Parts: sequence; C-alpha cells; structure tokens
Amino acid sequence: MNAPDNLKYTKEHEWIKIDGKTATIGITDHAQSNMGDIVYVELPGEGEQVKKDDTFGVVESVKAVSDCYAPISGKVIDVNSVLAQNPETINEDCYGDGWMIKLELADPSELKELMDHTQYADFVAEETA
Amino acid sequence: MTRKTPLYDEHARLGAKIVDFAGWLMPVQYTGVIDEHRAVRAAAGLFDVSHMGQVEVAGPGATDCVQHLTTNDVKRLVDGQAQYSVVCNERGTVVDDVIVYRMNPERYMIVVNASNAAKDFAWFQSHATGRATLRNASDDYALIAFQGPLAAELLAPLADADLASIKTYCFTEGAVAGAKAIIARTGYTGEDGFEIFTSPADATPVWQALLERGKQRGVLPAGLGARDTLRLEMKYSLYGHEITEDTNPIEAGLGWVVKLDTPDDFVGKAALVDIKAGGQTRKLAGFRMTEPGIPRQGYRIIAGGRDAGFVTSGTMSPSLECAIGIGYVKADAAAEGSDISIDIRGRARKATVVKTPFYKPRQRKG
Repeated sequence: MNAPDNLKYTKEHEWIKIDGKTATIGITDHAQSNMGDIVYVELPGEGEQVKKDDTFGVVESVKAVSDCYAPISGKVIDVNSVLAQNPETINEDCYGDGWMIKLELADPSELKELMDHTQYADFVAEETA
Repeated sequence: MTRKTPLYDEHARLGAKIVDFAGWLMPVQYTGVIDEHRAVRAAAGLFDVSHMGQVEVAGPGATDCVQHLTTNDVKRLVDGQAQYSVVCNERGTVVDDVIVYRMNPERYMIVVNASNAAKDFAWFQSHATGRATLRNASDDYALIAFQGPLAAELLAPLADADLASIKTYCFTEGAVAGAKAIIARTGYTGEDGFEIFTSPADATPVWQALLERGKQRGVLPAGLGARDTLRLEMKYSLYGHEITEDTNPIEAGLGWVVKLDTPDDFVGKAALVDIKAGGQTRKLAGFRMTEPGIPRQGYRIIAGGRDAGFVTSGTMSPSLECAIGIGYVKADAAAEGSDISIDIRGRARKATVVKTPFYKPRQRKG
C-alpha cells in the first residue's frame, strides 16, 4: 500500500499534509484504488469554513458516490480546479496533482487525532482483513 | 453463503476486484470500468455471467407452461430461437425479466437474474401448468458472454458451429474450444455478441481460449461495472432498478414483450389489460445531465418546480462522456426534449429528457 511517511491520515481515507498553518487534503491511494475510475468531484468554494469531520466534498466513481470528510477544521484557502475537468487526476496522482483542497488550520490540537503512515497502514490492513 | 462461479480462480488470477453480488463473489472490474467498457464498444469484452440462473421446462405442455409464466408470445418461437420476456405477478408487476430459449416444443431453457434465481424457480413451480416438469438447471451451466464488434470474427475459428447462420436472438448447439456449448447470439451490451453456455468444468478452458485469441485485438475481461454502464447506455432494464415488483412492464417501456392479443392467458394478463386501458401516469425516461453531477438511483426528479419522479439508474457514460440517467417521470414531463432537474444531494441540477438508447452501436455486417 502506498502511504507516504510525510503525511497524516484519517479513518475515512483522507490524507493531510501540514505546511505551517496550511493543510493540503486529498484522498488516499487505498481510497482511489477501491473506488476505481473517478469521474466527478465536488469541492467547496474558497473562503468557506469547514469543521472537522464534516463533509467537505464528494468524489464519484463510475459506480459509487463517496463523501470526503474534513480531517481538521479551517478555512478553505485553495481548491484544485483541475479536478472539475479532469477528476481522473485523483486516480493518476492522488498524493500530488490530485490534491483536493487547502485549509488554513484553525486548531492545531486537532492534528493529534490523525494517524501517521504506519498507523494508517495497520488500520487499512485490519479493515480489509 | 457466498458462492463462486467456475471462473472465480481466473478472476483472481487476472487481479479482478471481487464483490459480493446477489450472493456470488463476482468481478466488478479488472483494470478499470471505463477501459473495459471501451474495449467492448471497440473490440470485444469477456464477461463471466455464470451467476445467472437457468430453469428448464420440459415435457408435454412445455410451450403452454412457458406461455402461461411469461408475458411474451412463446408460440412465435421456432427451435433455436430465443425471446426476451418478462415474468409478472397477478398484479401485473415484474417478478423478473428473462430470456426464453426454445430447444424444441417440449424443452425450453429460461435464463433468469442471479438475484431472483431462487424466487423465480419457486414462482415457476407454484404457477406451472399442465404436465411440464421444471428443473433448476443453474448448476449445469457456466455462462460466458463475449460481446463486441469483433466477437463473431474472433469466436469463429474457435467454434464448431456456423456462427454466420446464427441470427440475433437465435442459438445453436455446437462446441467452443472443443467444449460442448450452446452458442446464443444474445447479450446485454447492445453490441453484437454471443452468450456461451458450457458445463462448469469446461468454463476455464473456453474463457482462456477466448481471451488468448482476443488479446492481440484489444479484447479485455470485463466486470459487472462495465456490464452496468454498457446496458445503461442502451437503456436496458436492470432488475431492482428499472423493474421491480412495484413497477409494471408497460410503464417500464417493455410493452413490446407483453402480448395481450393472444388467446392464451398468462399470470398478470388481466391486470396488465387494465393497466394498459387506464393510460400511463408515469413513464421510464432517459435523460442527459446539462449541469454537473451524476444522477444515482433514488434521486428525485423535478419538473416545473414540482416533484416529478425518481432516478432508477445513472452513471457517467464512458461512450458519450457525459452523465446520463434513467428514471420514472410523470407522463406529462417525460416527452423528449423536456427540461427536468435532478435533486443531487440537495441541489437541483438541470437535465433534458432525450431519445434512447443513449448510444447507438455500429450495425453488424451480415
């Protein structure tokens, strides 16, 4: 399973990368691979406030609809506009060009609840067992 | 308990993503739904549909029995011919959709949906007429669908049968890759193609031979995901979506397989006569999204600001590269060109009722 060690993860299969007060968020390789061909992505608008555990977007594959949950609270400062026209970018590069939104971190203490890559790998192994 | 088809090990070997479908462990996709879908439209795809059920109706009175159990006119069939049909209950709603194959006047095979196989067999037994005997023959057959414009050309060298003489919705008994088979020119993708019934023991060599023969030409194994997007582009009904025990075949656009003008009675006929006379309040319509979003089963359809129905199936069409859907719409909002909206997670997204099938496959030669 591909889960880079510089990222944090959630049980809902989002990844989050912290860079100062900015958090970049996307869905994991495990999630995109399970969904198959991603054909539609719905994202929030810039400036919107999202709360930890709330739905911030929707990813749809040919077969299924999946909500995306915010790993932390914060203000949306950037959205990946490429995904509107090329949602398959998530399949191709989920940790790179397939990122979804950037948040301005509201409460750094929320980061403590996230998993690191080994915890996440164990979680996935357990979930798929 | 979940069951495996005789081809399960092949699917695992090919790296398929396996899901539980109607109690069967089935491949939903191998490399990806869109690739597999496109392979079927451009070349051919190989589907394991061994999970589907087969019921044999045999003996004196077999024709009358099948005529009584299904809505289409079985008496129009000759030996070696197949017929799409519907099984209704007394209320005129749909128990299942089936294909009836006539071997001879005293022997028919009815292919039923996997999800309904047990229900159908019990239904047939309790509604059978005359002295015909019914047998659940599902374990006798593996079923491989080979579908696409190259299917005939690629199957021909492997088949001990004159494929050119098998017209659409006809079949013959012969052999494929040396294995005894029923070769039927039927399918669920809109493309030319064949459904090959073999013994479970022969399924793997037949599957491998077809894949081996086809791989240089772009043939791919295709899973349930592609099967669904392909049938949806053709607006073919899927049990549990377009047709259920809450819908009747006339509103589902299947009036063409309901033959009310024969002297024979069938289960549900009286109800369907009334339903037809009463006019249709709703209709199964195909629509194309004109705003972003993908319609999904259960989403509400809105017309003129009012609730006008619900979506039965929807997807991103790999052939048309836009979102399409099917749904029951109030008759006055179901005409081609009507503007409707789909409630997608609380937002009304615009769509237009369009002519179906959504996709028109190339006509086959000969």
